[in-house]
Amino acid sequence: MNIPALLRRWWPLPALAVLVLLPYSALPLPGLLDGPIGSPGSLQLLALCLVFGALATGYDLLLGRTGLLSFGHALYFAAGTYATGLLLTRAGLGFWPAAGLGLLAGVALSALLGAVSLRVSGIGFAMVTLAFAQAGSILVQRDPGGVTGGEEGLAATGLPASLVGIAHTADLYWIALAYLVVTLAAVQWAVRSPIGRVWEGIRENERRVEVLGLRPYGFKLVAFVLAGTLAALGGVVYLLLTGGATPQTTTSDFTLSLLVMVVLGGSGTRWGPLVGGVLYTWAQHRLASLAGSGTIAGLPSVLRVPLSQPLFLLGVLFVIIVYALPGGVAGLPARLRARAVSRGAQA
Amino acid sequence: MSTVVLLGITGLGLGALYFLVASGLSLIFGLMDVLNFAHGALLSIGAYATWWAASHSFGFPLALLFGTAVGTLAAVALELGLVRPLYRRPREQVLATVGVGLAVPALLSAIWGADARTFPVPSALAGTFTLLGASVPVDRLVLVGAALVVLLALRLFLGRTRHGLVVRAGVEDRAMVTALGIDVRKAFTLVFAIGGAAAALAGGLAGLYFGSVDPTQGGSLLIFGFVVVVMGGLGSVSGAAVACVVVGLVQQFANYYSTAGLGDLSVVVMLAALLLVRPSGLTGRLA
Amino acid sequence: MTTAPPAPPVLQLTDVGWSIGGAVILDDVSLEVREGEFLAFIGPNGAGKTSLFNLVSGLNPVSRGRIALDGADITRLAPHARARRGLGRTFQTSSLWPGMSVADHVRLAAQAAQGGSFRLWRRARPFTAEVTDTLERTGLTGRADALAGSLSHGEKRKLELAVLLVGDPRVMLLDEPMAGVSAEEVPALTELIRSLHRDEGRTVMMVEHHMDVLLGLADRLAVMHHGTLLALDVPDTVMADETVQLAYLGEGL
Repeated sequence: MNIPALLRRWWPLPALAVLVLLPYSALPLPGLLDGPIGSPGSLQLLALCLVFGALATGYDLLLGRTGLLSFGHALYFAAGTYATGLLLTRAGLGFWPAAGLGLLAGVALSALLGAVSLRVSGIGFAMVTLAFAQAGSILVQRDPGGVTGGEEGLAATGLPASLVGIAHTADLYWIALAYLVVTLAAVQWAVRSPIGRVWEGIRENERRVEVLGLRPYGFKLVAFVLAGTLAALGGVVYLLLTGGATPQTTTSDFTLSLLVMVVLGGSGTRWGPLVGGVLYTWAQHRLASLAGSGTIAGLPSVLRVPLSQPLFLLGVLFVIIVYALPGGVAGLPARLRARAVSRGAQA
Repeated sequence: MSTVVLLGITGLGLGALYFLVASGLSLIFGLMDVLNFAHGALLSIGAYATWWAASHSFGFPLALLFGTAVGTLAAVALELGLVRPLYRRPREQVLATVGVGLAVPALLSAIWGADARTFPVPSALAGTFTLLGASVPVDRLVLVGAALVVLLALRLFLGRTRHGLVVRAGVEDRAMVTALGIDVRKAFTLVFAIGGAAAALAGGLAGLYFGSVDPTQGGSLLIFGFVVVVMGGLGSVSGAAVACVVVGLVQQFANYYSTAGLGDLSVVVMLAALLLVRPSGLTGRLA
Repeated sequence: MTTAPPAPPVLQLTDVGWSIGGAVILDDVSLEVREGEFLAFIGPNGAGKTSLFNLVSGLNPVSRGRIALDGADITRLAPHARARRGLGRTFQTSSLWPGMSVADHVRLAAQAAQGGSFRLWRRARPFTAEVTDTLERTGLTGRADALAGSLSHGEKRKLELAVLLVGDPRVMLLDEPMAGVSAEEVPALTELIRSLHRDEGRTVMMVEHHMDVLLGLADRLAVMHHGTLLALDVPDTVMADETVQLAYLGEGL
């Protein structure tokens, strides 16, 4: 095999090697990152990008692979974060048992609520998952018994010393990277399994799958629980990365942002949700710091007011993507190629 | 007893808000298969327009009228500008409304701040009256009255007018209506206008009910609107009317007699229980 | 002449009716299909033929009446449960998986038929032999990698048959399998359907407008009109029936 063919098949490996080595780089990326790549601030942002890229990849297991529009995915992410955080902080468990139980909580919750919400399909399913997630969000924000910290969120105590503080940002970055690799591998494995083949059929035409003699319910539940488990795992990683849990991760807006990431990157593709998650997270941070900067403050109010709200810009961007770029960023090369071909044919 | 009366009427007032949100959602969904995530944004637009007009010495009825009109225009603009070009692609239509649902509250908080703004409640509606020993705020009656008027108007529109018939038939079977040579797309704009008007009215009345407006109100009312729509059966206005009374009352009583927040949870548990027993909702429509 | 008693009914419909929103789409249809029989349905568009197939395969719930398969009541069974009992069907309008390739259609159908779908830990099987054989039988060789959504109307009908074949059902409901198929391909498809019935002994119910195709295949003809069963008998008797001729005058049969 020649080098280009090898690269086309195995490029993720050198890409992964580069990602693993990033903390050792002192390369500055002005405009993209505030400090050099290896600085704690940049690594923290990069790690967040990887976590949300992975989270979007897991969410796309529902949206893009099985055709399930869930508006409650935040719940399972938050379950991982809050369950682990509570077990650490209030129950005084060690990190690993707390993380294990937190993950288990996410699995159990997604199995239970998935079993109920999948009794309805289509838009009904979207609304029911939304209602469940909202219940979780209310529960966290009302702070029953003073355990969740309400609006303030939960600052986790009892995290292992080797994973706390600026000195260990590189370790946290590697954990985030490991979570991404696990998610990509799990999703890839699942969509190539016999169940994955049925998912594709369900996404394309659920009634037709029934006519083959397969009951879609169980297959959809597996997708729901697998995606919920991956989200809960992401929640545990997020707890490590930010040292706590915030109620923002329980809200429906959080799920909507996952939806935006997936559509932005390209739903139903291998790399699209990852690209979308990374781009979205990066853009949100950059826009937030841009909004507080002098460049924006000097603009006339017609421009300044909307530009000061990252969510406004992302919402508008999202509508534009839905219209102008149906396949997301991942579909862009194919679109450009098709355009070049048609132009070549005309010439 | 007086507590029960007060809670009951307050619950009905809340239910009235839910109904105003849910009736439009339900019609839009029933006719177009579009789950309108921008419905909360329409409510917020109505709320801020009403608040703005009321703060600029319009009388309350005029301010409410202004807010409803602005919300209706916004809904028509949304349908014509963003939803219609994506005709036959319901998934993309939903996504476009999600984008609007994100952008509008952000824009509102960019202009008027993220904090709640006090709503200038007119003195005539600020008082209370005595009913069965309970002193009940007058605004609750305004809410229930408005919801009843909208319910009646919708029933008359759907039952007695030609356009209403097209909408009803379209909810039942869109393909059939198209086959009869009727342009369903006009009906699409119409249900968006009706839904937007009801949502914006709910926004103005929510300002009255809560005493303030803030950018997140629309989103939280929208979620209970969804719950009501699913419980009532998608596309059914009468089902939504029944469900919103149940949801409003359960939420109010449970919140009072247990810890705050439990009412919201019990509504969701109720939804789950209903779906386990009857996946198609109260009216037996396919969900 | 043979004196053997008639075979027991495979499928039995008793007073089956379907209404939506007060409109009666199907009105009390009763009929029996015998083991190994070929029953053809004719009638103008909107007569309720496809609706009847939808009720039998479970895609729409019946409003009235009873459906039995091999004597067992299946009136309330979900579509997947009916399919597992050996009931397979094709669709008149495209109801495939538009974003999947032709070969993947065969693979999914093969996987559903052979079991083992509910597995996450192993790779999905390629079903190479099934793909090759089925595509050859249905004349789709060379189209294995095409997406179903990009197929021509006739090719979609063939793919419907391919998916059905892989499922190996005992009772086949074919909803206009020839629609959109080019004239020169009709004989081959007719031959395929004939062999499914004659050589493999399957029970077939088929909706078709090509009378010339049906007359060589069908054991009995069922005539549907305005949601009712107008006539049901051997082809010669049905064609000679005055009511049927009356119903068809001007319909361009």
